[in-house]
Amino acid sequence: MKAFKMLAVLMLTFMIMAAPALAKDTIKIGAILAVTGPAAFLGAPEAKTLEMMVDEINKKGGIRGSKVELIIKDSGASPEKALSFAKQLIEEDKVLAIIGPSTSGETMKIKSVAEEGKTILISCAAAEVIVNPVAKYVFKTPQMDRDAVIKIFQQMKYMKLSKAGVLSSNTGFGKAGKEQIEKLAPEYGIQITANEVYDKAATDLTAEVTKVKASGAEAIINWSIEPAQAIVIKNARQLGFKGPIFQSHGFGNIKYVEAAGEAAEGVIFPAGRLLVVDILPKNHPQKAVLMKYKKDYESKYKEDASTFGGHAYDAMIILTRAIEKAGSTDKEAVRNAIENLKGVVGTGGVFTFSPQDHNGIDINAFSFEMITVKKGKFEILESSAKKGNSKKK
Amino acid sequence: MNIELLSQYLVAGITYGTIYAIVAIGFNIIYNATGIINFAQGEFVMLGGMIAVSLHAFMPLPAAILAAVLATMIIGALIEIIFIRWLISPSVLRMIIITIGISIFIREAALHVWGESVRALPYFTGTEVTVFSVGDVHISPQVLWVTGISAVMVMLLTFFFNYTLLGRQMRACSANRDAARLCGISAKNMVTLSFVLSAGIGAFAGCVVSPITYVQYDSGTGLAIKGFTVAILGGLGNSTAAIAAGMVLGILESFSVWVMPAAFKDVVSISILLLILFVRPSGIFGSVEASRLKEF
Repeated sequence: MKAFKMLAVLMLTFMIMAAPALAKDTIKIGAILAVTGPAAFLGAPEAKTLEMMVDEINKKGGIRGSKVELIIKDSGASPEKALSFAKQLIEEDKVLAIIGPSTSGETMKIKSVAEEGKTILISCAAAEVIVNPVAKYVFKTPQMDRDAVIKIFQQMKYMKLSKAGVLSSNTGFGKAGKEQIEKLAPEYGIQITANEVYDKAATDLTAEVTKVKASGAEAIINWSIEPAQAIVIKNARQLGFKGPIFQSHGFGNIKYVEAAGEAAEGVIFPAGRLLVVDILPKNHPQKAVLMKYKKDYESKYKEDASTFGGHAYDAMIILTRAIEKAGSTDKEAVRNAIENLKGVVGTGGVFTFSPQDHNGIDINAFSFEMITVKKGKFEILESSAKKGNSKKK
Repeated sequence: MNIELLSQYLVAGITYGTIYAIVAIGFNIIYNATGIINFAQGEFVMLGGMIAVSLHAFMPLPAAILAAVLATMIIGALIEIIFIRWLISPSVLRMIIITIGISIFIREAALHVWGESVRALPYFTGTEVTVFSVGDVHISPQVLWVTGISAVMVMLLTFFFNYTLLGRQMRACSANRDAARLCGISAKNMVTLSFVLSAGIGAFAGCVVSPITYVQYDSGTGLAIKGFTVAILGGLGNSTAAIAAGMVLGILESFSVWVMPAAFKDVVSISILLLILFVRPSGIFGSVEASRLKEF
């Protein structure tokens, strides 16, 4: 009995001694992601991606010899939850950096908390306001909504279309896209004939599409991330709308194509190259990174990799590189290192940061590809506007 | 505004209306037997759709739907037996809160089983783009399926509740549980039966509407809110009225899109619901006297 007690005391002592030693050696990285809830299709692959990467990093001995400890918090896409998690991660867990949140609304809610807490925030959300105006500690990896809209308008001009009917959902994503469309339309000579917002839980959109069709639109632009984006194209085709239908980069999930079936044929949308990695030319700078991510993710989780998980992948790569470059885990040093990163190849593009640019992707370089649906599969749009696109066929 | 556009809005309204109505019917059954609103009804709808989609990979569509309905009925029975049956004279409020808990539980379980991705059954006839066209008015065959199946369901239910012994026993339990028990009716069995029946109807509804609305682990909530609105609008417990109320609401919503920005669609439906609750709490088609006798 005595021996047991001794052993217990001994073990306890070891544990107490070991705990701070362990904490000193690890790099704590927080992540606030919408793993469940309405934006789960963003947050779930992002969380899985981070877990996969951290496993791999730790197996290889960590970053500069320090193991990485990942703390994932599920915000369920609620800005209030994101806010309290951000405070918790910064004040209690004292993380070096936070990856996420998944949505723009959440990111904007915690932007100031990260600034005050002097903690690096690398958002996986797309809205331009996250990095414009630039906040010292806030970065983001996804391409800008603005760039996606420009790509669509360029394509419309190329196809000689000038009248667009716009549909968007009542979420942060839908609202941000709608604003950019309204702002950029005059610049590209596009006339918006109808501009309708629908509920994110909409089950059928026949009436909305009827209205857009009656407005004389030559093309429909839909901006949402919910199942509604599959419903829109189905209803449009059922109502006999013959013109092209453009979607946002939120359409980049083959599940929506499967859901919309035949109606998805010919839909055009801008997206990251992950979707078409198999048919990218071999010498494309992103090919190797994309292939590796896709292969690792799909063999581990037995589900298709999405561009959304890629945003978290990019955030982690950027952070890893910055820590290596800074040569320390000091928040200021790492932050400065991110601003000086050049030519980091990620899934969403090639990142070159500067004190003025906290997104780092240039639309003219490697951001969006115009993609279309052919026989239920994603394909690079053959007859696309090549202006402002560095890749030559 | 020409007549064709008008008809197209009408068709859109009917599409909305039938979806709402078929969900509303499920609410009415449990209400008829227990006097409570089952807030997990939307989850039954989701489960039916999800299970059918999963099974459709292995078997033909009718078999998958049948199996999904049976599976959901078993789930409905289990839920009632585990969470509600053993309660000693539960109050209506307590049962309602339990159903809210069950709904959250099913939703989270579905998230773990199926993940967050969107699924759909194939169209029963034709494909996503098949339509019947009259001039410039287009209607999807699936809408006709939903309408037809709702109509048949209501007829069968009306017959069941009014002309069969079992159906009358269920209604007796709702009207006065103690009196029903004195007459030798097992109130507990009736409540279980009502959960089984409404789970089955919910699941069937989920299968029929899923080609139109798609199904996702959390799509039950959205459908349940509209279904609930329609059930109240028509008068709780009355399935024929639910169909009529569904049509009224659907068509009003559809025409609201025509005259107003589409963003106001839900404002219209919720305003109508509030108006009805203030002016005629028993519903458009409900009986004022009957609703006064109800506990809830």
